[in-house]
Amino acid sequence: MSDWYRDFANSGFGTTITKQLGLPRPAVLRRYEPGQPLLPGPAVIGSAGEGRLRKALTELLQAEGVHVQSPVTADGATDGEKPAAVILDATGLRTPADLASAHDFLAPAIKRLRATGRVLILADPPSQADSPAQAAARQALDGLVRSVAKELRAGSTANLIHVPEGAEGSLASPVRFFLSGRSAYVDGQVMSVTAAELPAEEDADKPLAGKVAVVTGAARGIGAAIATVMARDGAHVVAVDIPAAGDKLAEVANEIGGTALQLDITAEDAPQRLIEHLRERHGGVDVVVHNAGITRDKLLVNMDAARWNSVMAVNLQAQLDITQALLDADGVLRPGARVVCVSSQSGIAGNRGQTNYAASKAGVIGMVRAWAPQFAERGATINAVAPGFIVTDMTAKMPFGTREVGSRLNSLQQGGLPVDVAETIAWLSQPGSGGVNGQTVRVCGQSLLGA
Amino acid sequence: MADTSKPATRKAAIVGGNRIPFARSNTAYAQASNQDMLTATLDGLVARFGLQGAQLGEVVAGAVLKHSRDFNLTRESVLGSRLSATTPAYDVQQACGTGLEAAILVANKIALEQIESGIAGGVDTTSDAPLAVGDDLRRVLISLSNAKTLQDRLKAVAKIRPGQLVPEIPRNAEPRTGLAMGDHAAITAEEWEIGREEQDELAVRSHQNMAAAYERGYFDDLVTPFLGLARDNNLRPDSSLEKLAKLKPVFGTGEGATMTAGNSTPLTDGASAVLLASDEWAAERGLPVLAHLVDAQTAAVDYVHGGEGLLMAPVYAMPVMLARNGLSLQDFDFYEIHEAFASTVLATMKAWEDAAFCKDKLGLDAPLGSIDRSKLNVHGSSLAAGHPFAATGGRIVAQLAKTLHEAGPGKRGLISICAAGGQGVVAILES
Repeated sequence: MSDWYRDFANSGFGTTITKQLGLPRPAVLRRYEPGQPLLPGPAVIGSAGEGRLRKALTELLQAEGVHVQSPVTADGATDGEKPAAVILDATGLRTPADLASAHDFLAPAIKRLRATGRVLILADPPSQADSPAQAAARQALDGLVRSVAKELRAGSTANLIHVPEGAEGSLASPVRFFLSGRSAYVDGQVMSVTAAELPAEEDADKPLAGKVAVVTGAARGIGAAIATVMARDGAHVVAVDIPAAGDKLAEVANEIGGTALQLDITAEDAPQRLIEHLRERHGGVDVVVHNAGITRDKLLVNMDAARWNSVMAVNLQAQLDITQALLDADGVLRPGARVVCVSSQSGIAGNRGQTNYAASKAGVIGMVRAWAPQFAERGATINAVAPGFIVTDMTAKMPFGTREVGSRLNSLQQGGLPVDVAETIAWLSQPGSGGVNGQTVRVCGQSLLGA
Repeated sequence: MADTSKPATRKAAIVGGNRIPFARSNTAYAQASNQDMLTATLDGLVARFGLQGAQLGEVVAGAVLKHSRDFNLTRESVLGSRLSATTPAYDVQQACGTGLEAAILVANKIALEQIESGIAGGVDTTSDAPLAVGDDLRRVLISLSNAKTLQDRLKAVAKIRPGQLVPEIPRNAEPRTGLAMGDHAAITAEEWEIGREEQDELAVRSHQNMAAAYERGYFDDLVTPFLGLARDNNLRPDSSLEKLAKLKPVFGTGEGATMTAGNSTPLTDGASAVLLASDEWAAERGLPVLAHLVDAQTAAVDYVHGGEGLLMAPVYAMPVMLARNGLSLQDFDFYEIHEAFASTVLATMKAWEDAAFCKDKLGLDAPLGSIDRSKLNVHGSSLAAGHPFAATGGRIVAQLAKTLHEAGPGKRGLISICAAGGQGVVAILES
C-alpha cells in the first residue's frame, strides 16, 4: 500500500516535475517509532499577551530533552538551529488587537520551521471569555490555526488546544502527542482539555504497560493496526472479531502476543459474554476500543431495511450496548478506564451513498459527548476518533481516479495510514490522557470534507 | 493406619480447545497437509489462550493416515507454531481413539505431576492421503538405490513391471477381515436389530443440535476458521427424516441393509487440540478450568475370531471404568458417544440395556441400563461435524468440557469412542 505518487514527488526527477507543474507535493510524514525523541530538533515557544502556560511548557519540553529556543523576533534574528516545533501560548489574549503579537511571533518562526514540523497553539476556550472582545480574540485563533495548517508544507501540521483555567495539569499528554510523530496525520484540529486526576508519570516507551485493552474488529485493517500499536505500547490486547474472521484474528493476536476472542458484537448476549471473558481471564479491563464497523452503501432511496439495520447494529448500537453493560458490570471497567470509539469523517461531512454509515458514525460523536461527564465521575474518559481517507485494503479496491483524488483532498496531500488512527487511539488510551474527554479527534490530514 | 502406598493424584484440568472446521474429503482442505492443519489448529489455540512463546510440558497428537515424511508430525507442527520451540512433542496413533488417548496421556502426566501443562490433539486428511508403491516395486527401487555400477542399476530397473506401477491407496478397511468399517458396523447393526428410522432420527438430531449450537455462538471459542471455511461443511442444518429416508443403503446387503451415507460419517479432513493443565498452572495465567479429566479406560475386542463387533469395544470399557469410580451409567449429566455410524451409537446403548449381554459378555449382575437421550450428543457429534479420525477425540473432549462448564460446577460427562482394530476408549469429565 505504498503511495506511488508521494514516492515519485520526492524523487529527484519527480521533485523537478511536480514543482514546475505546480502539482501536489506530499511529504513523507514523521511517524512515531519507539525510543524516538519527542522532536527531531528544538522548539520555540512564544506568547501573545501574558500567557500562563509558557513556563510549564518549557519545563515539559526540557524534561523530554527538547532544546527550547527563545522566541524569534520579528526581524528574523535567531539563536541557531531551525525549530521542529513552534508553540504559541495564547492564554494571555484579551482583545483582537493582541492577535498582532501572535502574528509577530508565528510569522518568522514558521518561516524557519523544519520539514514535518509542528505548530501548536494553546488558548483559553472562547466559551469562557470575560467579554465579547476576548471571545472574539480566542475564536479568531480557530481561523488562524486552520489557515496555518493549510499553508504549511513538507508534512508539517498545526493544531489548537483549548485549556480552561484549572486544566493546566492535563496538558502534558496532548502536548506530547501533537508534537510527536504519533499525530502525523492529525492536522488543523481544535480540541479541549479538562481538569482531571492524573497518575504519576508513566513509562514513556510503554505508556499502556499492565493494561488490558479490548479492540473490536481487530482481524484486519485499522483494527489490526490499533491492536498492534496498543501491544507495542505495553497493553495486553484482547482482539475481538466475528467468528468468521477468526483465522486472521488469531494471526493478529499471535503476532502481538495478545489473545483472540471470536465474538459477534451484535449478538444479544455479546456484552455479557465479553464481560464474563474479561472478568474470568483478566479480572477487568482498562481500555475498550470500539473499532468494528461495516459499510452497506446505497443511495437512501434505494436502501433496504437490512442495509440500514445491519450498519446501525454494528457501528452504533453495539458500541452503546457494550459500553452500557461495562458501566453496569460491577468492577469490570477499572478505575481510570478509557473508551475510544471509532467514528468517521463521513459522520461529520456526510457522504453520498452512506446515509446509514454516516448516521451511525455521527451518532458515535453524540454518544461520547453525552457520556463524558459520567465517565469523568469515575476518573475515566470516553472519546471518539474520526478517520479521514485512510489507505487500507478497502481503499486499494477503489477505482484509481477516485482513490487518487480522495487521498489528495487534504492539507497533507496524501491518505493516512491505519497506524495514524491507531496512534491517536493509543494516545487517548494512555493514563495521562485523562484530561481529554468527550472529544472527537479527526485523523484526516485536515481533510477538505466536513472541515 | 492410613494407606500411604498410593497417594491421591491430582486431576488434570481441561482449559479449552480449538479445532478447525471439519471438511468433507476433497473439498476445502484438498490441498492442505496434516501438518498444515495441525499447525493452524495449534496456532488458533495459542491465540485463544495467549500461549505465544510458551513452553508447555508436551504436545501429543497423531494422525491415522500419515505420510512417511510425517514421522515426527506433532513435533514438526509445534516447531511451525507460535509455541516455544522448546516444547517437546510426540505422535500417538490409536485409530479413531487417537485424540482421546492423547488427552489421557497428557492428563496422566499432569496427574502424576510430571508436567504442568500440555496439548492433546489429532489430525487427519483423506484428501492428502499417502500413496505407497507395492512391495515388489519398493524392493526394486531400494536395490536400485543401493546399486553401485551402471550395470547393477540397469539390472535393477529391468525388473520393473507395468503392474507394479499401480500405487497402494490406503483403504478404510480392516486389514484382517478386508471388510470396510461400515460393513463391520452393518453386521453389528443387524445383530442388534437396529432399524433404519432410529438411525436416521439420530442423524437428524445430530445435525439439528450442531446447527443450533453454531447459531447461538456455542462454537465461537471452540473453532477457528481455516482456508475459507468457518463451519463444518458436512453440517446440514436443514436435514430431515424425509430427506434421509430417500438415501439408498451403502453398507450391508439385501433387505436388512439400513446404513446410508446420511447415517454414516463421511471421510473428512480436520484437526483438533485440547489444552490441559494443572489447576495451578491455569490459575497463574488467569485461564479457565472448564472441567477435569477424572478417569479413562481403553478396551479391545476380538472381532476377528471372537464373534464381537468391530466397534463394540467401548461397551466393554465402560463397566470397568464405572465400577472403579463407583458410578452407574445414569450418574451423568451429558453423554458423548462418537457417531462413527448412527447404528454404532444405538447398538452400544442397546448392549448396555441388554441383561443377557451384560451378564454373559460383561460379567455384570444387572444391565448398565439406558441413557436419557436428551443428554446425548447435545451439541451434535460426528454425523453432523464429520469425522477426521484422529481429530474426533479432541473435538469431543473440548466440546463436552465446555458443555459441563456452562451447566455449572459438579456436572459429570461421559465419553465413548470406538476405534478401528476393535478398540474403544471411554472417559469421565467433571466440571
